[in-house]
Formats: sequence, C-alpha cells, structure tokens
Amino acid sequence: MLHSRSIRALAVPLISIIAGFIIGAILMLIFGYDPVQNYQNLFIGSLGDVYSLGETLRNMTPLILTALGFAVSSKAGFFNIGGPGQYLMGWFGSIVFALNFTTLPTWALISGSMVCGALLGGIWSFIAGFLRAYFGTSEVITTIMLNYIALYFVNFAVKNWLAKKGSDSSPNIVQRASLNTDFLQKITNNSTFNWGFFIAIITVFVIWMYFNKTRSGFEVRSVGLNEAASTYAGINVKKTIVIAMLLSGLLAGLGGAIDGIGNFQNISVSNNLPSVGFNGMAVALLAAENPIGIIFAALLFSALQIGGLSISVYSNTPSEIVDIVIASIIFFVGIKYIFEVILTRKWGKKQHKVTNGGANK
Amino acid sequence: MKKKVVAVLAATLMVGTILVGCGGNSSANKGTKYSAALVTDGGGIDDKSFNQSAWEGLKSWGKDQGLKKGINGYNYAQSNDDSDFLPNINKLIKAKYATIFGIGYKIDNAISSAAKDNPKTNFAIIDSVVKGRKNVASVTFKTEQSSYLAGVAAAETTKTGRVGFIGGIQSDVIKTFEAGFRQGVKAVNPKIKVDVKYAGSFTKADVGQSLATAMFNNNEDVIFHAAGGTGAGVFTAAKNEAKNGKKVWVVGVDQDQKADGAYKGGNVTLASAVKKVGTAVEDLSKQAAKNKFPGGKTVTYDLKDNGVGIINDNLSASAWKSVQQYEKKIENGEITVNPK
Repeated sequence: MLHSRSIRALAVPLISIIAGFIIGAILMLIFGYDPVQNYQNLFIGSLGDVYSLGETLRNMTPLILTALGFAVSSKAGFFNIGGPGQYLMGWFGSIVFALNFTTLPTWALISGSMVCGALLGGIWSFIAGFLRAYFGTSEVITTIMLNYIALYFVNFAVKNWLAKKGSDSSPNIVQRASLNTDFLQKITNNSTFNWGFFIAIITVFVIWMYFNKTRSGFEVRSVGLNEAASTYAGINVKKTIVIAMLLSGLLAGLGGAIDGIGNFQNISVSNNLPSVGFNGMAVALLAAENPIGIIFAALLFSALQIGGLSISVYSNTPSEIVDIVIASIIFFVGIKYIFEVILTRKWGKKQHKVTNGGANK
Repeated sequence: MKKKVVAVLAATLMVGTILVGCGGNSSANKGTKYSAALVTDGGGIDDKSFNQSAWEGLKSWGKDQGLKKGINGYNYAQSNDDSDFLPNINKLIKAKYATIFGIGYKIDNAISSAAKDNPKTNFAIIDSVVKGRKNVASVTFKTEQSSYLAGVAAAETTKTGRVGFIGGIQSDVIKTFEAGFRQGVKAVNPKIKVDVKYAGSFTKADVGQSLATAMFNNNEDVIFHAAGGTGAGVFTAAKNEAKNGKKVWVVGVDQDQKADGAYKGGNVTLASAVKKVGTAVEDLSKQAAKNKFPGGKTVTYDLKDNGVGIINDNLSASAWKSVQQYEKKIENGEITVNPK
C-alpha cells in the first residue's frame, strides 16, 4: 500500500517534468532546431564540468531559500508572494552591513551581514503576517505591495546612499566579507560557487527538523490544516501566523544576503523585482513544499537556467526555449489534479482488485 | 513525507538519465582569432535599441568575413538577470570566442574579473571604462553630441514651447543624453521649457507610456527618450495622441526608430539620435582579426567619426537645415557640448 502511494506521489512531478521536456522538444522540432543536440548542450552546460556545476550549485542556493520561505508560509496556509521583496531586502541588508562594519573580524562581518539581511527580509514579511493575524488583511495583497515598496526603496537607497555620484551600483564589499573564497574559485575553475550553498543545505535540514520535531512547527502545520480546529485545540493562532510569516521572510532574506555577499558583492539599481523570488515559488510547488524535495527541485531549475545559457552559445536555438520548458513544467504541476484523477482511476481499480483477490484467498 | 522525497529524487534522476542518454560531448572546437561574441545586459538582441544595434553590427561583420553564427563564428549570449553576466562570459570563453563584448555598463564588473582570469581573450566593454586590464578595450560614445542635435530638432519643431525628456535609469551614461538635449534646446530658444522624467527602468514600457501621456497632457509636444525598452511605451502614447488628432512627436534613440513611430495614417518619429554601438562592435572585431585589438585603451566615438549621429525621419526642411548647421558647428569644434 505504502509502496504504491509513494509511486503515485512521485508520478505527478515526474510526468510534469517529462511533459515539459517533450513540449520543448516538439517546439524545437517545429521551428527546425535539433532537440537532442540542445538537451545535450543543456546538460553539459549545467552539470558537465566543475565550472558549470559550480555555477549551477551557486544558482540553486537562493532558489532553495526562497522556495523554503514560500513553503513555510504555505504550510501555515498562507500564500506569501513577497519572496522577491524579502530577497531584495536581504540582499540590501547584507551589503549595507558588509560595507559599514569592515573593521569587524571576518567571522563577525560575514555572519553579521547574513543576519542583517535575513532580519530585513523577516521584517518585511512580518509586516504582512502581523496585518494578517490581527486585522485579517489578505497576505496576498500586502506581500505583492510590499514587493514594490522594497524594489523602489532599495533603488532609492542604493542610488542616494550607497552609490557614488553618477553610478547606479554600490561599491564592492571587501574580499574578506565575501562567501566566495579563493579556495572555492580554484576548485571550481573560477565559478561563482560560494559557501552559501552549504548554509542553504544546512538550513533545509533545520527547517525539516522544525516542522517534524518541534512544537512550534507542529502548530504551524496545524493552523495550515484548520485554523478553527487549532484555536479549539488551544493553539495561539495569531502568534503562529506571525511566526510562520516571519520565518518565511527570514529565509528569503537569507537567500538574498547569501547572493549579495556570495555572488554579486554589491547591489545595483534594478529594473525589475528579482526573478529568483518568483522562481522560488515554482520550486516549492514542484517539490510539493517538502524541504528535502526543494533541494532537488531547485537543482533541476537551476540546471535548466544555467544550462539554458549554453543553448544559444553552442547552437542557433534561442535560449528562450528553456523558459518554455520551465513554464510548461510549472503548468503541468499546476494542473496536477488532472493527473491525479487519471492515476486514481487506473491505479485505484487495480488496487481494488488486488486487495479483493487477497481477501478471497 | 517520505514519499514526496522519493518522488522528487526520482524525478531528478530521471531527467538526468534522459539528458545523459542523448549522447556524448560534441562541442569539440578550435578557437580562431576570427570569432567574436557579445553578452547582452538584460534586454534581448531584439530590444529595438542598444543590444539589437550591437548584434546587428556583429552580424554584419561576421557576414563580411564569411562566418556563420555559432562556434568559430559570431554569436550572442543573452542575460536574463544580472547574475547571468559572469556565467555567460565564461561560457563564451570556454567556447573559445576570441573577442567578447559586454554590451552595457552594468557588465563592467564581470568583464573586469573575467579579463583578469583569461588574459589571452580580448574583451570590450561598451559605455564604461575598465581600468588596469591590458586585454579590455573600453568603448564610450559622445552621446551628448547627438542628444544636442535631438534638442535642436525638438526646439525647432515644438509649437507649444514645451518639450520633454524621458530617461531610463539615472546614471552617468543617461545623464549625458539629458545634458546634451537641454543644451541643444537652449541653443535654439532659451525660453523653451524642458521637462525631465526618469522611468527608473529600461524595460518598463508601461511606465514609459504613462510618463509620456502625462507629458502630452501637460502640453509638451516633443519627447526625446533615452530609455531603451521603456521607450516603446513613449511611442505607444504618442501614437494614441496622434490618432486623436493631436500633433505630437517622439525623438528616438540608439537606432533609427522610424518604424516604431508608424501608425495607420502617419508617423510620430521626428528624428532619431543614433548611437552606433553596432559600428563600434564591427570596428573592434575587425581590429581584433588583424591582431590590432585596442586592449587597455579607451575608444571614444563621436559625431565626427560617425559613432553617434542624427537621422532625419520626419523633420521639416527648415528644422533639418538648422540641425545640420549645428552638426557642422559641433564637428568643427565651434560648439563644445558639455556631458554633464
């Protein structure tokens, strides 16, 4: 029984991923490109050598954290679209700290930058959580709006406080404050791979422990399942909502901070909200909000993105084809209920027969 | 919980297997000194502006040399995010392109660090100056000169005595457009009011459209935009006004934007202040092929050497004459345009 159920849970993301690749292949065939060649380039360009692997792992680091952030709030029953804004605030916070406290010892400088970034991200989602808990304001609307406040606030702050006159990006942080060390650059052929990756992986296990082994984590899940029943069971629902949202923003903020001091080393005025915030939501959905699953979903997404850059370098195919593959995968995850219905019908019948057969004997 | 873990694990493995199944590595390639590629700065190679112009220059160079798009020829890598700059550059280096262009000042950090690690590859950065790297050529444009002429064109055309300027992000580069435009307008008629707005983005056509509509409502009848993709919205706003019978104009930027101003029954593009990024890319690629790449130097393009200029799209005869007069004065040094 358990065996068959786990196969079924596995089936939805699997079918979605395969279907996404098939759609991409069909499109390439229609427009006269070679799908085999392109998928091969995609694979080699993402995992084929240490450099590409380094880039892929670096790129998945913030994805893991924004996805975790989304998953935490989602477990509590909230749709936190504020990932991009919280990530941006985290990025901003880490750079501000790293630029201003250069006299601190290295360990304090780095951990201070990350804590500062995570806290700013946390404050951002705390606002939405607080409004939701005490005033019933829809967190969907507040987090969307907070995204834009973050974008324009950070642009303003970078332009007016951090950047030199006439420039639109902050100075680079000191090498000492960076998570990207010479050692890691050497072993990955000068990729941007940094220690942040390991921090993200550790965070995944911390969150997994939180949900499965702590009281607070249990309360969050319980509120997500049924608010009224949780109240009846004596859980402080308001407090739980705020905690879940705060945690969600802390994680996205940490993602931004790691990208800030690990990858970018500075912060610039941005045209748009960072897409990693939105992609994190997609990763969480693909992983069905399972913390461990998020690692693998983030790896897939990141490999597609980094490998996708290779497509136009090694062939005439436009790299946008990868965006179509990614979007198709999300689309199929989104309509997973259709697969579930089909699967339930087919497998449900078979199972029924088997159990009946067993009982008759 | 367990089943989901298994699910995703298997999914990832599966994809890996599919991809591996596709066959061995076929990207064996030899580098030649004739290959070149560019990295875009966020807009695509079809942005009707900066990146497109660069790509067209590279294409035309490649075709002249009888090269094909792809390895050992000419190519591009598109950046969807700022974090794509370095991976894109490194992928091009690995594919052994001899010359790599970074299109746009945002890429200068990435070019500088890639140049340090790959001293044998030629790099060029457009619109910024990378110092202290012998294999990086920095390319800048005197866009204040072409913008000056855009200002003259606008001042000679306006009926209301009010003109507008819409910039992308406030930065040194875009400021030169604004400064040149102001001076050009002032040279023709100091009484004309110049309204300056920044969209805060190079990719938001909707913001461009609402800023432009507000300007047209404010009785400004000529707008010069230096806002890349945001400028598409400026054209949309102008076309909407024109369809309602109002006489408004847009001065295009970077490329000849006549096609963007066309609507059923007319055209709103007055002129285009071009910045020939394509010419620069073409020039540098040629020099690289002849082993004369200006690494470590700053190359500046201006009106005189046709690196920047103005194209007449719908100017009246008298306005065009005036523009040409000012053009001569700048070229022979009678007028110096201040970039700030």
